[in-house]
Amino acid sequence: MIDIVINITLLAFLAITSVAIVRMTNLFAIVMLFGIFSLLSAGLFVVMDAPDVAFTEAAVGAGISTVLMLATLALVKRRQKPYYDEAPRTHRTWLPLVVVAITGSALIYGTWDIPGFGAPGAPAQTHVARYYIENAMPDTGVPNIVTAVLASYRGFDTLGEVTVIFTAAVAVLLLIGGKRPKPPVKTKDKGKHDEA
Amino acid sequence: MDFFIGHYNYWIVIVLMMVGLYTVISRGNLIKKIIGLNIFQVSVFFLYISLGTVKGGAAPIITEGVKVYSNPLPHVLILTAIVVGVATTALALALVVRIKESYGSIEEDEIHNLDHSL
Repeated sequence: MIDIVINITLLAFLAITSVAIVRMTNLFAIVMLFGIFSLLSAGLFVVMDAPDVAFTEAAVGAGISTVLMLATLALVKRRQKPYYDEAPRTHRTWLPLVVVAITGSALIYGTWDIPGFGAPGAPAQTHVARYYIENAMPDTGVPNIVTAVLASYRGFDTLGEVTVIFTAAVAVLLLIGGKRPKPPVKTKDKGKHDEA
Repeated sequence: MDFFIGHYNYWIVIVLMMVGLYTVISRGNLIKKIIGLNIFQVSVFFLYISLGTVKGGAAPIITEGVKVYSNPLPHVLILTAIVVGVATTALALALVVRIKESYGSIEEDEIHNLDHSL
């Protein structure tokens, strides 16, 4: 029961934080709120029995993402006040709201058929998951099933993931690393913004 | 009440997803757009982890005396997705830095104006 209460509270916090992120205009505050958002997500993952995901989200989502965004903010801030504010909007505001309302209603209509949260008989629980829970320990000797699947059963997928990260790191270095021919705007150690 | 508790997670997931989508569509600042994309992404993570949760289940680490475990497969998928998500965020932020260098602005309107005035 306490699980459900924590779950509901944290999700409500997340929704409030996300609305605050949209309504704010100071980018520095937005990045900090996004850090809080990631940390709340990590807490919620623990409540939903996913400690591995929570670790990753806390370290990578709340940590590295926030640092990267702060570094970017330092590089792209304006030269006079306000340094970090976004410009006032010039678009129409009702069109995005209509699009979002229609999409959201369609998606909520779609949730009517989803089995309830935590239902043991849901299709997601009855097919291949059982195999991994029963055989991960005898097959690989690793008690943590998530690690067993990630590093052993689906090791090649993880290799593919590393390839993606490597590609992203190379692309970031090509974009902003090293010396560039013509910096039209005044630059100050841009090369320090390297990748994790 | 059961229906509410059983579907509350999915509704909040949809709210988060729509907030992210709205940010991407309606705001002109590139960093804010990236944060909107990240909110959207996290909402998808919640959808997967919610679907993998089993009532009364334990975290999927084999322990003596535990009968019911949560579904480990969504956890594996989302673990990968978080790391890949940060890699793509880093790439997007690098692009923003380059755009700022070339255009002197990270506001979509100003960039469009500069493009048209060339």
